[in-house]
Amino acid sequence: MKRLAICLLLVLFAGSGSAAALRGSGDLGLVIERADSSIQIVETSGNTSIGRVDQLGDLSHASAVYSRDARYAYIFGRDGGLSKVDILSGELVQRKLQAGNSIGGAISQDGRLVAVSNYKPGGVKVFDAATLELVADIPATFGASQQRSKVIGLVDAPGHKFVFALWDADEIWVLDMSDPANPGITKFTGIGRNPYDALITPDGRYYIAGLFGEDGMALLDLWNMQAGVQRILPQYGKGEQKLPVYKMPHLEGWAVAGDLAFVPAVGRHEVLVINMRSWQEAGRIEVHGQPIFVMARPDGRQVWVNFALPDNDTIQVIDTQSLAVIKQLNPGKGVLHMEFEPRGEEVWLSVRDENRVEVYDTASFERVSSMPANKPSGIFFSARAHRIGL
Amino acid sequence: MPLVAGEALPGERQQELRNLLIQDCGSCHGLTMRGGLGPALLPEILQGKSRDYLTTVILEGRPGTAMPGWRPLLSEDEARWMADRLLQGDLGQEGRQ
Repeated sequence: MKRLAICLLLVLFAGSGSAAALRGSGDLGLVIERADSSIQIVETSGNTSIGRVDQLGDLSHASAVYSRDARYAYIFGRDGGLSKVDILSGELVQRKLQAGNSIGGAISQDGRLVAVSNYKPGGVKVFDAATLELVADIPATFGASQQRSKVIGLVDAPGHKFVFALWDADEIWVLDMSDPANPGITKFTGIGRNPYDALITPDGRYYIAGLFGEDGMALLDLWNMQAGVQRILPQYGKGEQKLPVYKMPHLEGWAVAGDLAFVPAVGRHEVLVINMRSWQEAGRIEVHGQPIFVMARPDGRQVWVNFALPDNDTIQVIDTQSLAVIKQLNPGKGVLHMEFEPRGEEVWLSVRDENRVEVYDTASFERVSSMPANKPSGIFFSARAHRIGL
Repeated sequence: MPLVAGEALPGERQQELRNLLIQDCGSCHGLTMRGGLGPALLPEILQGKSRDYLTTVILEGRPGTAMPGWRPLLSEDEARWMADRLLQGDLGQEGRQ
């Protein structure tokens, strides 16, 4: 009798367990808590936190990509840690220290490969997305002495490619993983001093690296690789004294509206507007401080901008039709990152120094939710699973 | 031996500076100062670098590199206090892993 009761109890527990487990993952995401080596798993239908995963190492500057089934997040930590987290069960599936110091990663077009860009030792490592077994090791060697460069701006591109740039070597490399056993590398040299970050357009055609060491940007048309890397906006800011740069701008999240692209200017209180047909400067928008992230709402109607110290308590919103700043918000100190919900009606902000994540309505600009998080930085929603370059 | 720099800094400001050191310096040098786009700043690596030298680098930056001068945001005392934290490997609770 007693045994039967226990069996019944087990059945009851199992029943409730599986009912709770059955849900989709399309409205899930994660928030990096960089000081705690943890992430919070969040959902955007009710704007709540639904779990936490710990022991993920040094998460300064951490970023994440998603498996194509949007169930697994691959988290790239500063300490070279590559962590695979099941966001449905809230469990750390696997974790691998794959380098000494790294800066982000990408997942391949077919979802089978995860690539990590490393500072130390400089290069890219490619792993099997299912097992995290090493598939290819690509050292970023350059020059006669074959020294190794820090790698930045790693993205995926159509054709089973990864594209990245070499900070110390002033090069862009295209890595073709069509045959994982025989990676093909195409190198472009002399692309401009110190590429600091890069992005790829949502159609996967143009790869653009920002240059820290000089003005302008480096553009590679992946549909016409034989044309080589072209310098765009070379005259921008020539001869002007730059302000000290307290934080490197980011180029993730290509902000595109129609034919116009919006990018942060380095060392200036400006957002640059680029005409994507001619690749000429189409305007400069004066903003509150040095922009860090310049991100378009998914419909392209608004561009949201956050700033470096000492202006990192402020957000400005640009209207992409008038190219005017239409709203200024002060969410609090240390606004580090923004992530739009998949169709853009709300945006999530991490407010690091206030230990909060805030959600704003993008039409009314009202704060609609607020939740505690310990030193939140990057926010990554699972909708990224199906977007080229994210 | 003069007083340890920073003893004159109010506790609240020390908290802000600690946060700046870990979170903002840490953006480039790593939250645990093991390096990133910028070099590692662990005590064993800084051995042989004087407090004055580090203070100057913090205030003036390193031209030709990504290291900015922090003079617009920090006083000399504050920069010296931060140099001491680095030399002593004293990042405080939040920097420990």
